[in-house]
Amino acid sequence: MRVQLFVTCLVDLLQPDVGERTVALLERLGCEVGFPAGQTCCGQPAHNSGYPDDARRVAERFLEAFASTQGPIVAPFGSCVHMVRHAYPRLFADDPELAARAAAVGERTVDLPAFVVRELGRHTVGGRYPGEGETPVAYHHECHMLRGLGSSEPPLSLLRGVEGCRLVETERSDLCCGFGGSFALKLPAVSVAMADEKLDRARAAGARAIVSTDVGCLMHLEGRARRRGLDLRVHHLVDLLEPDGRL
Amino acid sequence: MSPRVVHEPRAEPDPPVTANLHVAAAHWAAGRARVTEATERDWKAMRERGREIREDAIRHLPELIDELEERATEAGARVHRADTAVDACARVVAICRERGATRAVKSKSMLTEEIGLNDALARAGIEAVETDLGEYIVQALGDRPSHLLAPAVHLSARQVAELFERESGRAFDPDDTQALVAHARAVLRERFLAAEVGITGVNFAVAETGTLILVESEGNIRLSAGLPRVHVAVMGIEKVVRDWGGAGHLMELLPLAAHGTPAPASVSLVTGPARDGDDGPEELHLVLVDEGRSALRGTEYESALHCIRCGACLYACPVYRQVGGHAYGNSYSGPIGAVLTPALEQGAHGSDELPWLSSLCGACAEACPVKIPLDDQLVALRADGARRHPRRAEAALFAAWARLWSRPGGYRATAATAGRALAPLWSRLARAASGESWEARAPFPFSRWTDGRDARAPAPEPFHARWRRRRG
Repeated sequence: MRVQLFVTCLVDLLQPDVGERTVALLERLGCEVGFPAGQTCCGQPAHNSGYPDDARRVAERFLEAFASTQGPIVAPFGSCVHMVRHAYPRLFADDPELAARAAAVGERTVDLPAFVVRELGRHTVGGRYPGEGETPVAYHHECHMLRGLGSSEPPLSLLRGVEGCRLVETERSDLCCGFGGSFALKLPAVSVAMADEKLDRARAAGARAIVSTDVGCLMHLEGRARRRGLDLRVHHLVDLLEPDGRL
Repeated sequence: MSPRVVHEPRAEPDPPVTANLHVAAAHWAAGRARVTEATERDWKAMRERGREIREDAIRHLPELIDELEERATEAGARVHRADTAVDACARVVAICRERGATRAVKSKSMLTEEIGLNDALARAGIEAVETDLGEYIVQALGDRPSHLLAPAVHLSARQVAELFERESGRAFDPDDTQALVAHARAVLRERFLAAEVGITGVNFAVAETGTLILVESEGNIRLSAGLPRVHVAVMGIEKVVRDWGGAGHLMELLPLAAHGTPAPASVSLVTGPARDGDDGPEELHLVLVDEGRSALRGTEYESALHCIRCGACLYACPVYRQVGGHAYGNSYSGPIGAVLTPALEQGAHGSDELPWLSSLCGACAEACPVKIPLDDQLVALRADGARRHPRRAEAALFAAWARLWSRPGGYRATAATAGRALAPLWSRLARAASGESWEARAPFPFSRWTDGRDARAPAPEPFHARWRRRRG
């Protein structure tokens, strides 16, 4: 199957390994991966900060990059998928041509776990968590993937297929971690307190690592865990899906 | 302009409040799950029906308000319309004065908080005592309510015990809730008997019969509405519903969403004053308050008028849970407050800051029993705020960002700058750990991140460059 990688700006700039592992996984599952080089960002930072005109300019670039390509547009980041699917129709509401384009592109845009599980029908894809025994890991539901895209089961399904770790139940795993994009900078004290609640619950459940699909949440949680000197690792889900178990 | 006191949003975590709210939220969420499961109710379908009922009411608001006025008047009520908070307060003060009343009892009403009625009454020399237990405590402390339904949720039992000790000169054990409640009941009983006027809010008003529905769990509303000679019900115009079918559904939805209970503990249905020979007030006044509501119809924020004030979004909101209701500086707290206040006030009194009290996680919209898209409205209000109160540096930054990132060349240039220039600088400053560079302290404005968190450095070679090198 021909698919297009929507790598997202945070993955591109901060964690390019996540992008490379996404490509490797998709190829391992038999997909032919294209990467439209004209892609930049979905526009969410400006959209969520109250600058819809600036968001629209960047969103138009996204449409330009992907509109003429073929196949599903797959991203290792639920929040950006939610932006394209949910916010674009409103962003382009006053321009029928762009709105139609946004709707067509939005329909093709999907988060990685949902694509693998629902479209490829692969409920597990293997993977190995390094180290002895079974490391207890907590899953952090990315808000926009969980509530926005209604994709709660696919990432858990993939995580359950990983050897060398076991999923522990944490209290209120649906609660936001406090990243929230510009929110993390606007209200840093509240944002950090929310991270602490998340980290403490993971620790209380005995987890040694937190797994999620949002590079923003991961950077926020890992940054806070490091600052507190916690013995808690933080991983993108796709990092665990490598067959040879290197992180 | 409303007469209320507005504070700057205070966005600091408040750990005791968080702990209280966590307990309450978990308790009520579990209750709702239990009830919907036990009664085999389909929560999704109940929400959709709730949305339809409220949408119908707001779409047809002017007609339904006319109908309500007509039916209520036929039943013997005197209906007053107030366009603004000031009008509404003046109306209530006038009703009291015309009857020479100086003592009033009040049941909890967010609308009267919104319009600043207590202050207006006090200025007119009318003593208005709050009779909801939490509201009574908050009033006696000179504090403000911090939650739509649980006004004193930010206080501890110890603080309440200390207050009652000062009031009565007797010692109270904070764990002996029976004794605390008994004290409040004794004090309030006197007030109920002495009051000349009872002031209440309204949960729903049924247009087809002119009936006011008052929902409560303590019994104080029934006494406020029923004991004094005059009952003044103050209601935001959006509380109207077309008929009893709709009202019945909302009466089921409200306690489920609010407390996770299957039915309200007590409901008063008020259709006009007491008939000849019946017990009850001789006069019923209904004050219909607009205060910016009509102006929201037909806008992006129209559906915020669908709110039934259940408080579900407050418990769902992770930011509210951290900061508590006072952070919102106004009568309505939590996500609905962060939407309603700036929408009604068009960003005045610092309310354009309120939509920032959200991480946009969407838990509020998911919890809302009438499906208000609160998260979308918060985003839209941030845009309104940026227009009404421009932050020039931020606006310039986003404009420059959009210029660069709307072109592949501009994006690649920033990526390269971040990778080549920033990353090595970062690494020099950073404590290297597990082969990645993380920065512990950075200068302003990056310090807003690094004050509480380490920061990940940009990758030396972004994904785009790697792809070009390997496959380009």
